[in-house]
Amino acid sequence: MSANNPQVPDLATREMFLQMGPSHPAMHGTVKMNLSVDGETIKDIDIHIGYLHRGFEKMCENRTYNQCFPYADRLNYVSPAINNVGLALALEKLLGIEVPLRTQYIRTIISEIARIQDHLTAIAASALELGGFTAMLWGVEARDHYYYLFEELAGARVTLSYCRVGGVAHDLPEGFEEKFEECAQRTEELQADIDTLLTRNRIFMDRMCDVGAVSGEDAIEWGFTGPCLRASGVPYDVRKDHPYLVYDKVDFEVPVGHKGDNFDRYLVRMEEIRQSISIVRQCFKQMPEGPVNVGDWQVTLPPKDEVYDTIEGMISNFKLVFEGVKIPPGEVYGYVEGGNGEVGFYVVADGTGKPYRLHVRPPCFAIMQALADMVTGHMIADIIPTFDSINMIGGEIDR
Amino acid sequence: MSEKVLKTLKNKFADAVLDTHSFRGDDTAIVKRDSIVEMCTFLKESPDTAFDMPIDVTCVDYSAYPESRDATARFMVVYHLRSNSLNHRIRLKVPLEEDDAVVDSVAGVWRGVTWFEREVYDMFGVKFHGHPDLRRLLLYPEFQGHPLRKEYPVRGYQPPMDMPTLNGDPIPGATVDEEDEE
Repeated sequence: MSANNPQVPDLATREMFLQMGPSHPAMHGTVKMNLSVDGETIKDIDIHIGYLHRGFEKMCENRTYNQCFPYADRLNYVSPAINNVGLALALEKLLGIEVPLRTQYIRTIISEIARIQDHLTAIAASALELGGFTAMLWGVEARDHYYYLFEELAGARVTLSYCRVGGVAHDLPEGFEEKFEECAQRTEELQADIDTLLTRNRIFMDRMCDVGAVSGEDAIEWGFTGPCLRASGVPYDVRKDHPYLVYDKVDFEVPVGHKGDNFDRYLVRMEEIRQSISIVRQCFKQMPEGPVNVGDWQVTLPPKDEVYDTIEGMISNFKLVFEGVKIPPGEVYGYVEGGNGEVGFYVVADGTGKPYRLHVRPPCFAIMQALADMVTGHMIADIIPTFDSINMIGGEIDR
Repeated sequence: MSEKVLKTLKNKFADAVLDTHSFRGDDTAIVKRDSIVEMCTFLKESPDTAFDMPIDVTCVDYSAYPESRDATARFMVVYHLRSNSLNHRIRLKVPLEEDDAVVDSVAGVWRGVTWFEREVYDMFGVKFHGHPDLRRLLLYPEFQGHPLRKEYPVRGYQPPMDMPTLNGDPIPGATVDEEDEE
């Protein structure tokens, strides 16, 4: 007799194997899970990643430093600007230079806009896969406004390739602040709508609360960073603990959860969107005028009139384009707070214009390896919200 | 990062620490491979170091860069650790010779390095002794060679694979019909 219902006789069960993904409506980052299930309860999961492996690290070893930026964009394609900034900061740490203040503000602004996009996408996708199609449309609409903003900034909607070693490609376009303000106000309206629709929604809460919970100690041992770590109650944020750019000059809060379940991760992301909008607004208020690169022709391209009219300008331009920035030998690990957590770039330079070794530490890599632990013993349906709240990005985890 | 940790390490493991250097605020200790598990356990458990968070494990193939100070062996397995309570970091590097590229796994110290070690095995062929599940991670099991080794060509080609089977039989739908092939 069944333990739960004495009226129902025990049925013969056997362990069944299911293959979920790599091309599955809910596996939006091409990942395969081999599940062993007993009824609907997950006994074991074997996660296969690598379907989007493009050999980023090998490619970078054969490109000049500035040619690595477009590839870095394609790591986390939901928040590409942060990867750009992270790579630039790691290379500048290796060179031992600091970019002018205005450049630092511009980089902070694009990082935070990218964070807003990242979190909006993560929330929209979770809502979609739990049946909340409206919330997804709202989230994607808000994200799309920033794509138009970025198109004006860099010419590309998603993959900006806007940073360079020693600066950014060019200054902000005219009226960027006003246009951001319009986007931000629309985001706030849409976010309030999403909040009303989801946060106290019975169906949403039933699927999210107490599912995929990770304690703070476990999260630290697994190497979690970012919203997933903060949802478990550990207030580690690279922007606060190891401030870079101008994060020590702006005022913002680091939201933390206490249970570490999917719902906490959702709430942390919702609050971080608000904080990011506030950071960008403060940056626009504080931002000084000034150059947008270090102006050293060993590192950044000379202005075009110098290239055409002077021999020094032409030679510098030629050498930088063909040979790349000559970064002196050394090794550094540079890290920034990405959409999913700490994005680290470990660079070994050998004095030539190409990196000898460039390794990326993708934040969702550490989190995905814990997914099996998070959902074993739960139902098959619990994979969906847990996988979504991790916000695995195929390009980042597979590189 | 923290130079204090380097001093602690040098005092505690005088024989095992081969070299230390600090560059742009990153502190590195180059350590012998035999003591890596013991050292990591110490670094995690000692209250002065408290490295509770594994950030990254990767590897560098120094075969094309012999001038480097660290190029004492072909491979260097690189560990980045962070302490959440003390907010400091350290980098450990373990030299490994090409014909004996085996190091003890630290997956028993931090569970979070499991996939990172699998990736290093996948990309460099460095084996982790005592790893719970040492398989390829990003590439498929039939892949030949280890692509991040310097001798692997940038445009390397892999031999074609046989069609996948299910318990020895062809998978329905996965086979190519002869008519379609024409």
